[in-house]
Amino acid sequence: MTRRMPLYVVAIAALCALSGIFVPPVAEQPGVEAFSRIPVLSEGRFKPLNSLARSSLLEIQGRQMVMTQERVELSPNQWLLDVFFAPEKADGYSVFVVDDPDLQALIGQTEDTISIHYSKKSEQVMALVGFLPSRRRRFSFNEIAPHIQDIVAQEKLAEPVDAQNRSRFQSSVVQLYGNLSHYLRLRRAVMPDGSKDFLGELLRLQENLVDGVAAVRAKEEGKPHDEAKAAAMLEEGQKFVTMSESTDLLAIPPDEGDDPNAWHNSGHALLETFSKGEVNPAVLAYAGMGYAWQGGDSERFQHIVGLYQASLEKHFPKQVEKARIETIFNAAQPFYAGMWMYLGAFLFSALSWIKWPEASRRTAFGLVALGWTIATLGIATRMWLEGRPPVTNLYSSAIFIGWGSVALCLILEAVYKNAIGTAAAGMIGFATLIIAQHLALAGDTLEMMRAVLDSNFWLGTHVVVVTIGYASTFLAGVLAVIYILRGIFTKTLDKATADALARMVYGIVCFATLFSFVGTTLGGIWADQSWGRFWGWDPKENGALIIVVWNALILHARWGGLVRQRGLMCLAVFGNIVTSWSWFGTNMLGIGLHSYGFTDAAFWWLSAFVLSQIALIALANLPLDRWRSFKA
Amino acid sequence: MNETFKQAKAILVSLKLTVVLLALSIILIFWATLDQVNLGVWAVQHKFFHSFIVTAKVGSLQVPVFPGGYAIGGLLLANLIAGHLYRFRLGWRKAGIWITHLGLILLLVGELISGLLQKDFQMRIDEGETKNYAESSRQNEFAIINATDPATDEVTAIPESILSKGTVVQNPSLPFRVVPKAYYPNASVQMRSQVPNAPPSLATSGMGTMLAVTPVEVTYKEDERNVPAAFVELVGPDGSLGTWVVSPLLGNPQTFDFAGRTWKLAMRPKRIYQPYSLKLIKFSHDLYPGTDIPKNFSSRIQINPADGGPSREVLIYMNNPLRYAGLTYYQQSFDNNDHTTILEVVRNPSWLAPYIACGAITLGLVIQFLIHLVGFARRRAA
Repeated sequence: MTRRMPLYVVAIAALCALSGIFVPPVAEQPGVEAFSRIPVLSEGRFKPLNSLARSSLLEIQGRQMVMTQERVELSPNQWLLDVFFAPEKADGYSVFVVDDPDLQALIGQTEDTISIHYSKKSEQVMALVGFLPSRRRRFSFNEIAPHIQDIVAQEKLAEPVDAQNRSRFQSSVVQLYGNLSHYLRLRRAVMPDGSKDFLGELLRLQENLVDGVAAVRAKEEGKPHDEAKAAAMLEEGQKFVTMSESTDLLAIPPDEGDDPNAWHNSGHALLETFSKGEVNPAVLAYAGMGYAWQGGDSERFQHIVGLYQASLEKHFPKQVEKARIETIFNAAQPFYAGMWMYLGAFLFSALSWIKWPEASRRTAFGLVALGWTIATLGIATRMWLEGRPPVTNLYSSAIFIGWGSVALCLILEAVYKNAIGTAAAGMIGFATLIIAQHLALAGDTLEMMRAVLDSNFWLGTHVVVVTIGYASTFLAGVLAVIYILRGIFTKTLDKATADALARMVYGIVCFATLFSFVGTTLGGIWADQSWGRFWGWDPKENGALIIVVWNALILHARWGGLVRQRGLMCLAVFGNIVTSWSWFGTNMLGIGLHSYGFTDAAFWWLSAFVLSQIALIALANLPLDRWRSFKA
Repeated sequence: MNETFKQAKAILVSLKLTVVLLALSIILIFWATLDQVNLGVWAVQHKFFHSFIVTAKVGSLQVPVFPGGYAIGGLLLANLIAGHLYRFRLGWRKAGIWITHLGLILLLVGELISGLLQKDFQMRIDEGETKNYAESSRQNEFAIINATDPATDEVTAIPESILSKGTVVQNPSLPFRVVPKAYYPNASVQMRSQVPNAPPSLATSGMGTMLAVTPVEVTYKEDERNVPAAFVELVGPDGSLGTWVVSPLLGNPQTFDFAGRTWKLAMRPKRIYQPYSLKLIKFSHDLYPGTDIPKNFSSRIQINPADGGPSREVLIYMNNPLRYAGLTYYQQSFDNNDHTTILEVVRNPSWLAPYIACGAITLGLVIQFLIHLVGFARRRAA
């Protein structure tokens, strides 16, 4: 029975991973999927509306799905459609996360309004043990709107304080303010605020355009004119000025022959109506989609989306194709799928030390290989979309550290065949992808590179090599953790396994020394090329240097006979602390050229991680007769 | 005696010492990184890395608490060289280690030299302006300018350090002595009318009589600058000419006539003059469409060579500096609504050393790594 196990498990896992692309988690009306593929220019890059919806929701509410008051689940696409075209509905969705008690009080919430009361007994139990939320943490725009003056006032007070010195209330209020403006910019991206019948207004404008413009001209020249027509036209113009100033979403493509990157926002495009003599067709298309969406007319909605997509396809085939691939990439969520593969691989590796050693080990190996392949495809897609090397920000560094470590683990496992490589791959792969999931909450992960980092050559060499250095230092640490835990708590660490682990750790430390040194050096050369000094003692540089020196210290301590097997393991575990500090800790200092920002929540996780590693080192120093594996 | 010597030698060549020194260097770097939050990166380099001993203030005393960068680096160098001399074995198996350590020696020595010799300046040029000097971003000088001849200025510059010590300066090019009366490393300068309770001014001539100078705490923040101020008395053969206040905040130099000549006084960022000049033709600041995320900064510069030869144009932009006449010009910043470029100007004679050193170390590590790998594969195959 166990002989076929690896094949079945890996096949089922692969099917689950693929299902994300073909089976949407929420049934959507016809045309919504096509709508979500429409490319727009936002935050400096072309992206599908689907990405805009997902990253906006992650930023505002920390998750991608929206729950309405009637407990109906909406996809990000459906949410964005309501924000664009049915704001009165969207204003009622609870999407703004407010966790700080003082801020909850500021928006008029009390203990009573926040507690959730379940009527069913089973739900009450679930809430008690934490499977259902017992308190509300997301609030709707309608709930917050009456308190907006207070929020603006408090934000004005908090904003001048340096980010790392803000109190919890101050950072929460700055964040909520940012989320509210983000939401309002989306709500005003296509339609003006409070418009009841946008399509009708545009059609009437088109109809009256010639007369109206003539009336305004005559008025300006002081000639007789139809005052009502002129006033109506000027009012329209004023409305469009307001619109063009209240959004940063460039959704309207330029005319044929213009600079293909010079996309406009909808207000700006409408202002050109007066000089061009016709309403911009793309704005009309959006207004038509809005009309159909408001009326629940899916057939017409699908039809208009199809027409608009076809016209984009003709003039912007590259952007349409990229948007299509990115939408598939979003739906596939390769890194999320990979995360579960890695977790499964770890469990099967652990199982292999207890039962069915060969079948479990092979299953684990298959899962790691599958997860790694999916991650590779994901990274390759990101690189293609961005036109960049794999690591461009903290998010992609987490993914790449996982990828690099798992690749090394696959090699180790292929050589040693003792399920240690797969266990380590499972742990690191899962952990790095969890970290990446949290980093994605900061917004679009395919953001544009700031000028100082805009060099594909150095991103491709320095950043990639130094990240592999991080990855291998972590791997050595995780192998050491496996040694310590198995040795102390199980009887499975026999002499052969222990020696094999020691050889693996030593080999990986050699590898880590090479890569962290070369990576750090390349960084120095980049700094010499762009800032005029090879070494500037910047916190991130120091962090990388400490990793190099630490790896060198491990090697010299071993060559000098100062440490043996257990000592080597303790040093390697400490390498985890050194590396995590360099990776995240240096960013928290908020200084230096590399401080590309980070949240305070990470500080507590980092501290907890450091403490756990110190505890492991202390544990490893238990006398040998307390180690279950070494007891006579 | 002989025993002690042997023991000392055993310690000097031991790997134990290497490990201890590496551990100490990690602590030093970590501590220095944390201290940057308080001191800023320049003060930290001086305190931790360009020093033999790191001291800390206990009460009012400076107490040595930790070995500094020079001490640890020097000992590492000694340990490395001594170890190699003592265990001298030429052989292929150690070739990688040899090359790595040679590279390391070059890297340490190169960094020592660049720490001692590297100088950096700034150059602010407005669009259309031509400049033949760069200014220090941290050091100032007190310039006394003989402006009698309208064609050329004859400048006598007194460094800040002399003003701060209060040393009296007598120089053959000046018909008066310079007597520093007071010096503040960081000070604010306001009109006296705005500071009702200001103590009486030390100044008796120039703008200083109308100004109130208030010392301010020295800052170490990266985005702030210290602006010094000083009161300086000029004493001629027949007695005092008056006391002036000088500070970079004052802007235009103060002028007075003495001994039939016109003099100007100014405290300004320390300058280095070059025999050639640079003209800013255009500064560009590109953004990603629809955002304020900078995409690129670049300065189109015209170089007018020292020998009066034909001028040429170059483009300085991010990751693409101009190397010219032993100096390197980097795009650092901009000002004045994108009409002024700020270039960082660096003189570092040992800039090549890290390139060579790192190449050698990388080569050495790769060789050593391959030796291990081949050995491992052979053992497993056997």
